[in-house]
Order: sequence, then C-alpha cells, then structure tokens
Amino acid sequence: MSPPVRTKAPAWAIWLPLGLFLAFAALVTIGLLRPADRTVASTLIGKPMPAFALPPALPDRPGLGSADIATGKPHLVNIFASWCIPCRVEAPQLRALAGAGVPIVGISVRDSTEALTGFLKENGDPYQRIGADDDGKVQLALGSSGVPETYVIDGRGVIRYQHIGEIRPEHVAMILAKLQEASQ
Amino acid sequence: MTRRPAALSLTALSLAMALWLTVPAAAQEEQTTAPFAYRQLDDPAKEQQAQALMETLRCLQCQGQSIADSDAPIAGSMRSLVRERIAAGEQPEAIRGWLIERYGDYVSYAPQLTSLTWPLFALPVVLIGLAALLLRKRFRRGEAR
Repeated sequence: MSPPVRTKAPAWAIWLPLGLFLAFAALVTIGLLRPADRTVASTLIGKPMPAFALPPALPDRPGLGSADIATGKPHLVNIFASWCIPCRVEAPQLRALAGAGVPIVGISVRDSTEALTGFLKENGDPYQRIGADDDGKVQLALGSSGVPETYVIDGRGVIRYQHIGEIRPEHVAMILAKLQEASQ
Repeated sequence: MTRRPAALSLTALSLAMALWLTVPAAAQEEQTTAPFAYRQLDDPAKEQQAQALMETLRCLQCQGQSIADSDAPIAGSMRSLVRERIAAGEQPEAIRGWLIERYGDYVSYAPQLTSLTWPLFALPVVLIGLAALLLRKRFRRGEAR
C-alpha cells in the first residue's frame, strides 16, 4: 500500500511541444511550397481498352469503335474538341506524327459537326476516323478527365500510355518511342 | 473637392472591370447532350439514390466540388452516367467501383478501405484501446488509495 511514485519527466520533455509544433510547421510549409499534383490519370494503363462504338462525327468520315483500334498495329487515340484551346496547340505535332505514318484516330468530346469542321479546316486534319462522343460516356469509360488527352494503344487493344494535356514539340520523340515500345 | 474626380474614375474603373468580367470567354464548351445531366429520374426513390451517390463523387475538372454541385460539362456527363445506371438497376457502390477502376480512389469522396488506408481506420481503435488501458490503471490507483 505504498503511495504512487511520481516519476520526474526527463529534462528534454519540455522541448517536446515546441519540437512537435516545428515539425508540423515544416510539414505545412512543404505542402504550401510543393502542392500535390492533382492531375487525375487513368488507372487503365496496361489494361485492355473498354469496348465502345461511336457514331461518325463528320458525314464523310467513319466513326470509331474499339474494334477499329485493335488491328495489330499501335494507334494513337486523341481525345479532343473544337472548343479546346490546347487542342489547337498540339495540332501541328499531331500532323507531324500523322506525317510520320502513325495511325491517329480521334474522339471528339461534346462537340458539333459545324464547329468540328471549322476546327479541322483551321488546324489541319490528322485523323483517320473520328467518333462523336457527344454525351462524354466514352471519355469516362477511358478514364480521361479532360481534353486533350492522347492514348497509345497497342495492336491487341491494350492501353499502353496516356498523355495528359497537349502534345508539345518536345513530346513528339517520346510519343514515337512509346509507339515503338507498343509495337514490340 | 480635389478627391472627387479620383473617386469617380475609380468607380468607372471598377465598373469597367465588372463589365469585362461578365463577358463570356470566346471558346465555350458545348454542353453535354447526355440525357440526365440536368434532368432528374422519374422515380423519386431512384433519384434519391442517385443524388446520394453524386454528392460523394468528385468532379474531375473542378476538383473541390462534387458532381452534384458542379456545372462543368464533364460533371454533367458523370451525373447522367450515374442516373442512367441507377435507373437500369445497378447498385450505387458498383457505379462507384466502376469509376474508381478508371480514375482511382481520388474520384470518390467516401474513403475506401484499402491496403494503403487501413491505418486511418485502425488508429482510432488503437487510441481508444490505449485510453481504456491508461484509464483502468488510473482507476485502480484510485481504489488502492
């Protein structure tokens, strides 16, 4: 029945609250200086492309289905729209890729035939096929969170790479390398 | 009296800025043609189910908002997707799963129990257990006194 012994706290314990506060402040500072990347990438990379069939966006061009892409040769699937400014920025790079013999197919999101025709006249037309995704369902099925986005699909229809945002001139070589990888 | 012209020009300037801000951007995104982006389901019970799910799904474009709150076209597409699938009899959690499969956990505001997030769920239990242990010692000591 001895009275409870009060153990004396070690001397460093008095610095503990300050230390905790400084650690917290450092954490907040890091978070402020280096904000987290909020790009939502598709988690379908390495998985087969979901099956879809889109009607033609233009009267004189075939629409796009998943079967048109898995033809044994790698394809670029470009998700774009006439209302999208960065899509105009990447247009010369897409033309260059098409010129290099890369099959490019387009999915035009929430667009109209008139606006699309004008866009292609102004910015060039690298697309073999263009599917009209007017309600945005196929965009969601592919795990795409905006325009433009470009997918590298291999010959078996597996998604190998997703490029988020416009393809800038410095990205062309990398895209070609991804296509090369996908063809092996 | 010398201050009045300055105040007037300031008013004019702020008015001009306010007007300038209301001019719509040149390139307007076409609104989605998805049927249920801005239309509720006819069955109130199903609409309620859809609404509850939409409030816990993140808009991919304006990421602080749920798709129920957001007016972004992609949120409209997502709302229609949710409503059409609910109308077809799909379970809300299956739809959430379908979206997570494509966009990762980030698309859902309702936290999922995964190998990465389990400590978040385990920690409160551990803390309560620890508190109970400490309190028991305290009470024992009190009794002994």
